[in-house]
Amino acid sequence: MSSVRVNPAGPDAAVKIRGSGSVRALYSGNASAVLGRGLLATRSTNWTIVLTGVFEPIFYLLALGIGLGSYVQNVTDPLGNQIPYAAYIAPALLAVSAMNGAIYDSTWNVFFKMHFGKLYEGMLATRLGPLDVALGEISLALLRGAAYGLAFLVVMQVLGLNLSWSAILALPALVVIAFGFASLGMGITSYLKTFQQMNWISFLLLPMFLLSGTFYPLSVYPQVIQFFVQLLPLWHGVELVRGLTTGALAPVMLLHLLYFAVMIAVGLFFTTRRLRALFLD
Amino acid sequence: MPAPVITATALTKKYKEFTAVDGISFEVAPGESFGLLGPNGAGKSTTMRMVGAVSTRTSGDLSILGFDPDEFGPEIRSQLGVVPQADNLDTELRVRDNLLVYGRYFGLSRAVIAKRADELLDFAQLADRAKAKVDDLSGGMKRRLTIARALINDPRILLLDEPTTGLDPQARHILWDRLFRLKEQGTTLVLTTHYMDEAEQLCDRLVVVDKGQIMAEGAPAALIREHSSREVLEVRFGSERNAEAAEKVEGIGRLELLPDRILIYSEDGDGALAEVVRRGLTPITSLVRRSSLEDVFLRLTGRTLIE
Repeated sequence: MSSVRVNPAGPDAAVKIRGSGSVRALYSGNASAVLGRGLLATRSTNWTIVLTGVFEPIFYLLALGIGLGSYVQNVTDPLGNQIPYAAYIAPALLAVSAMNGAIYDSTWNVFFKMHFGKLYEGMLATRLGPLDVALGEISLALLRGAAYGLAFLVVMQVLGLNLSWSAILALPALVVIAFGFASLGMGITSYLKTFQQMNWISFLLLPMFLLSGTFYPLSVYPQVIQFFVQLLPLWHGVELVRGLTTGALAPVMLLHLLYFAVMIAVGLFFTTRRLRALFLD
Repeated sequence: MPAPVITATALTKKYKEFTAVDGISFEVAPGESFGLLGPNGAGKSTTMRMVGAVSTRTSGDLSILGFDPDEFGPEIRSQLGVVPQADNLDTELRVRDNLLVYGRYFGLSRAVIAKRADELLDFAQLADRAKAKVDDLSGGMKRRLTIARALINDPRILLLDEPTTGLDPQARHILWDRLFRLKEQGTTLVLTTHYMDEAEQLCDRLVVVDKGQIMAEGAPAALIREHSSREVLEVRFGSERNAEAAEKVEGIGRLELLPDRILIYSEDGDGALAEVVRRGLTPITSLVRRSSLEDVFLRLTGRTLIE
């Protein structure tokens, strides 16, 4: 019979409570310093790389929309009105351009800053908290996505592919889409440790780009595949933007927005958590 | 005596089964220059990270500037300057921009930062490199820039983790000079090093750390006095013959037999050498030197510091 009584919570109980962190420890309200650093770095070192990224979706639009599209008939907008094929795929490519911009900065660039530049280690030795870093870096990626989107939207306007006044609303929608991809992109990247794992991101992005109702409607797929495509973020982005540029407005668009709101929150949560675990533990 | 700026009591950090820091206690007074001396893997950097409020302790107590880092990490970090072991300068930014941007991380106003950045570039002897790319700087310049960056928020404590590791002798001396100036200005310095000469030059007081524990504590000179002799005679007989020769020189002073040489601790090194020769031995090389912290460490742990 042992007379020794053990504290049921164990000796480590106090340790777990300590350092559990409050919002104050995570966020100093200074994400703009992180964003400012990103803009300065972009301006001084890699603005040419940023510029090249604008053209990819434009080439798709010219090749597939104008070229191939002249052979494609009977294309309709989400409400069933006849529209040119180029006007059908242009909004999808618009969503893709916002996605691309956001993904470039939030995946590979974040990966390098995290593992080779040791940028976040330096930032988190200051007053900044992990949420400042996450928000600042995600904002940088978001701005790039939004800038790509704006450039593409101007091209669409010039080519007469914006069919409705509501196309102007595509701009804020693109910001939301870019925010979602930037947030989730950084969240996922912050957990990846090797180049091989990073390659999986690129590997998954390509089929998502091709299959998310980008070049043809979802109705060509069997029901099961339709269901899976509808889980993908790009599909929600494509549908949202297509409704706005063609003028086929519908209440379901609010659901697409909700999808991105969740995506933003999830990405921010995991990025913050991971930065804290990596650099403040 | 003024209240200490750092108080660590039974400070412990465990990573799963591995104990990196094993219950160490120390205090640092304001304006003091305090050193953690020990070999690689002794737990110096882990201790520094806990003091820097970027690593949480497993147990024990820690107070930095009167704050508990578990509760007030941002408040503590905003009053610290940190020079990490590996430079983490922002290579995408120019030299002066590194200072400006870092100042913004502390939420300081642009006007204040701009003024301080210019002063610090002068201090770091980098004023003519203000617009240079970080990658174009030499190792010593990068280190000085890192120190300038750590001073941008006018910190109350400057933490330096192996500040001169990997630098050539000239760059080390420039850096020591800069750090000595900070010390003269009353900045509290906490530094880790595995260089004895660095600890002797810069530290008012230090702890010798090994395997996560404190082996000894005191001023460099006092530690040497306490754990070593005034002088040391180093003799080499060739690695084959050192052990044999060691038997013959016993009794002259305390002996340390290393693979490549024999150390004889004595108040009078020249006298000890004369005695070695009198016993019929002719060393290949001999050296009489002042006792150093290296000898203290060897005495305390039975190992040389840099292995």
